[in-house]
Amino acid sequence: MTLVPLVVAVPLLAAAVLAAFGHFLPARFPDVVAVAVAAFVTVASVILIFRSSDETIHYWFGGWRPRNGIALGVSFSVDPLGAALAALVGVLATAAFVVSWDYFRERVPPQFHVLMLLFVGAMVGFALSSDLFNIFVFFELMSVAAYALTSYRIERPSAVQGAINFAVVNSIGAFMLLIGIALLYARTGALNLAQMGQVLAQHDADGLVIVAFTLVAVGFLTKAGAVPFHFWLSDAYAVAPAPVCILFAGVMSDLALHAVARVYWLVFSGPLGTDVRPVLIGVGVITALIGAVMAWLQAGLKRMLAFVTISHIGLFLIGIALLTARGLAAATVYVVADGLVKGSLFCAVAQLARRVGHTDELVCHGRGRVIPGTGVIVVVGALGLAAIPPLGTFVPFGLLGRSAGLAGYGWLAPVLVLATALTGGAVLRAAGRIFLGLGPKRDDLLVSPPPGEEEDVGLAEVPRRGALLWVPALALLICGLGLALTPGISGHAVRHAERFVDRASLARETLHGVRAPLGPVPAVHASAGSYLYGAVSVLAAVTLALLGLYRSRALRIVAPAAHRLKLLHDGVVGEYVTWLTVGAAALGVLFAAVVR
Amino acid sequence: MSFLPYALAAWLFAVGLYGVVTSRHLVHLVVCMTVIQSSTYVLLLGIGYRTGKKAPIFSSAVPPQVGAVDPVVQALTLTDVVVSVTVTALLLALVIEIWKRSGTLDPDELRRKDT
Repeated sequence: MTLVPLVVAVPLLAAAVLAAFGHFLPARFPDVVAVAVAAFVTVASVILIFRSSDETIHYWFGGWRPRNGIALGVSFSVDPLGAALAALVGVLATAAFVVSWDYFRERVPPQFHVLMLLFVGAMVGFALSSDLFNIFVFFELMSVAAYALTSYRIERPSAVQGAINFAVVNSIGAFMLLIGIALLYARTGALNLAQMGQVLAQHDADGLVIVAFTLVAVGFLTKAGAVPFHFWLSDAYAVAPAPVCILFAGVMSDLALHAVARVYWLVFSGPLGTDVRPVLIGVGVITALIGAVMAWLQAGLKRMLAFVTISHIGLFLIGIALLTARGLAAATVYVVADGLVKGSLFCAVAQLARRVGHTDELVCHGRGRVIPGTGVIVVVGALGLAAIPPLGTFVPFGLLGRSAGLAGYGWLAPVLVLATALTGGAVLRAAGRIFLGLGPKRDDLLVSPPPGEEEDVGLAEVPRRGALLWVPALALLICGLGLALTPGISGHAVRHAERFVDRASLARETLHGVRAPLGPVPAVHASAGSYLYGAVSVLAAVTLALLGLYRSRALRIVAPAAHRLKLLHDGVVGEYVTWLTVGAAALGVLFAAVVR
Repeated sequence: MSFLPYALAAWLFAVGLYGVVTSRHLVHLVVCMTVIQSSTYVLLLGIGYRTGKKAPIFSSAVPPQVGAVDPVVQALTLTDVVVSVTVTALLLALVIEIWKRSGTLDPDELRRKDT
């Protein structure tokens, strides 16, 4: 199965070649190479989804297969869920490269492509790796590429500041992850996820296991942008170029969450059981709600979408934190559908930046009328964020609600609706202002981004009518919302998630080559209740958007609380690190309290 | 196996974190990051250390049966050092840019200039 290493090796090799020879090649050559490589990653990952649908593919580098249950080599384990995330990386990267063709006015130096390809290769490796230290290395590789990409517009102080905040907070998260890995290695003598899990399962949870789980979880949750580890995220997304944001918001954060799920199920599920469920669900709920409220308060579209990302990370975390196969399946499908929609929205933001020169909804009031097609894309995308039935994001949204009900957390459904309605409503409100000129030009409730942050290259003609900007937006939107048409997608996801959560069988398969059983495809259909919640979410989003446009005084009652929340997010890097430390300590204490 | 390496790792982590949180200068902050990172080296090497054992270099004269300290953690530490150098270099490059544009490296003053 030589395809498995190639999905990582090809982008990394292409990056190396472009770094060495990019300056001697014709101007458009790096663009072509980058699009071709991203397309290859997409196609190869989709092939891997189908090839791994009957049996997980374990690829041992250099043929160092495990002997007697001990894995010395490092491996990639490809299952359809991981391959789907790799495919998402590929699709979004392809879109990002196509968009950057028209988005940047200046000639983009080949370093941009080098960094993006490194970023893509690292993300795919991160998604497929089944060795904890390898996961850490890919984590760091994608982080370093991401820091550098954030500061692409190095002439702007806000961009450099955003990149520093991103780098400092994430690196400290990465140190915690590494310490967690070191502790686990000290206990188990292994780095392979399955082997670690086998050793840990022989004993009850003790202090070391809880500390290690806390550190590993905090490391990944920092990358994912869960509250209170999320402060860096909006600073970084607001200043990164829009094509880079397509990958940041669409998949980078979500990959870190998938890693939490993998590490929990493969390594910790033995000793921890489902004891940690309430704590993780709590983090998810807080993240979903704070992200949604903060998204509502933004006038700058990039910051708004950054907080939408945080809010939806909370939703996915809830799905994973249910610690059931259904919850995991819902989270994974949701990540893919939502990632495509968010990617599409960032493509639209790129076009807005290019045509109007600004992406602040108050500044752009009515100026988006020149690109009505993009307006339609943004509105449909916003409805997608609000989980409009029966389209792509609704399918996992409904599955998530039902999984929560089955796990005894029925009260989560209104929380999900609130988060999707607020995030969808915020984007709808912005679309109404920008593309239709609705509502007043002033709104004191909203935070305007500092000058120089959201505005972009300035009013400029777009080459070739900007087709390379709106076609990817449309394509991603159709893919994301059309995902619902894939027959039995929920059923297949649940089936593979059921194998994913069967730790003992999966460990036997990885270490001893005994195939893990794969059950039949369960019939999963959206219930009437799901449709009701989806409809309520969309109606609430539209109502909130209209309220925000015409009756924003009615929302004035929340102004003092909103102001305090805003101040919290406008800190310096030291304060963000304090939050990270306090959050990690609190999480550790809570885990220790709930684990029996 | 003494507890000293673990205590040292914890101390380095705590003191580095304190430095990052209270830093008034971005270069100082980057150096504090490397202090935190040093704690991971100490921890990793401490985990792999075996009292009285030699470096993991085997030959016909030194058969594997004699035992050695754990080579895996040494490989991990080396990788960790490489990662650390990359991050530090990148951060310092960004700090230089900030200095060029703003003329200050105090995070609070930078925020004031922003708004």
